[in-house]
Amino acid sequence: MRTFVSFLVGSLFGLGLLVSGMTDTTKVQGWLDIFGDWDPTLAFVMGGAIVPMAIAWRLTIGRKPVLADAFPARPEQKIGRNLVLGSTLFGMGWGLAGLCPGPAMASLGFGSFGSWVFVAAMIVGMLIAPSLRARLDQRAVAV
Amino acid sequence: MPIDWIMGLAGGVLIGAAGALFLLVNGRIMGASGILGGLVDGSGRSDWQERAALIAGLVAVPAIAAFAMGGSQTHLTSNWVIIIAAGLLVGVGTRFANGCTSGHGVCGISRLSLRGIVATVFYIGAGGLTVVLFKHILGVI
Repeated sequence: MRTFVSFLVGSLFGLGLLVSGMTDTTKVQGWLDIFGDWDPTLAFVMGGAIVPMAIAWRLTIGRKPVLADAFPARPEQKIGRNLVLGSTLFGMGWGLAGLCPGPAMASLGFGSFGSWVFVAAMIVGMLIAPSLRARLDQRAVAV
Repeated sequence: MPIDWIMGLAGGVLIGAAGALFLLVNGRIMGASGILGGLVDGSGRSDWQERAALIAGLVAVPAIAAFAMGGSQTHLTSNWVIIIAAGLLVGVGTRFANGCTSGHGVCGISRLSLRGIVATVFYIGAGGLTVVLFKHILGVI
């Protein structure tokens, strides 16, 4: 049942990304292009998504998930190197291609071959991230 | 209000409804990079079926919908160097930051998570500077 719900979640997520225009890289780069022909669509997408999600967070108070034992605990609110450096690197890639992980996967089935190359490179990046992080940790200790 | 903004809002509500369903029913956070990342590095082996099912829906449904609409354009660059560099940056960055636009942006900001807000400020800032540099100064994208 949880697997079926997950499929439903992915389906809604993907449909939302397509409908909102977020699988179109020019709309994402248009949002980031504040000095060019600025496209505010992404703000509407974010706003539209945050409202139901905020209601859902409210509904978690004093309840349990329908098919699980507990809601995810609030992670430790640590603002460190990994969060800042990681988000900066992610933002650079996002700006370069106009794709983030969700839309990249959502466009695999109808996009160009480039979508597959992007996702393959993203998976390689995900695989090398732990060793890069270990190397940075080592250097931080050495200094 | 331009039609693109209305479609953005409607699509956004669908994305938020998906995240709400995943949270309230499965008790999980809908973050695209985390769901895929846990599959590729093996850290999410215990719940791989959920991850794989979510990705299956995420790939299949837009493909079918785009086909039904008579195709949809991604306008992705054909410059392989840019595509590969961008993919690597997104992969490394989202694993370092432990989240992307869906996890930190949609799910984090909606619970007023400081980490989500800080991450969003940095990735939008870096994305904006990257577009300025590569589009308006270097002219390569």
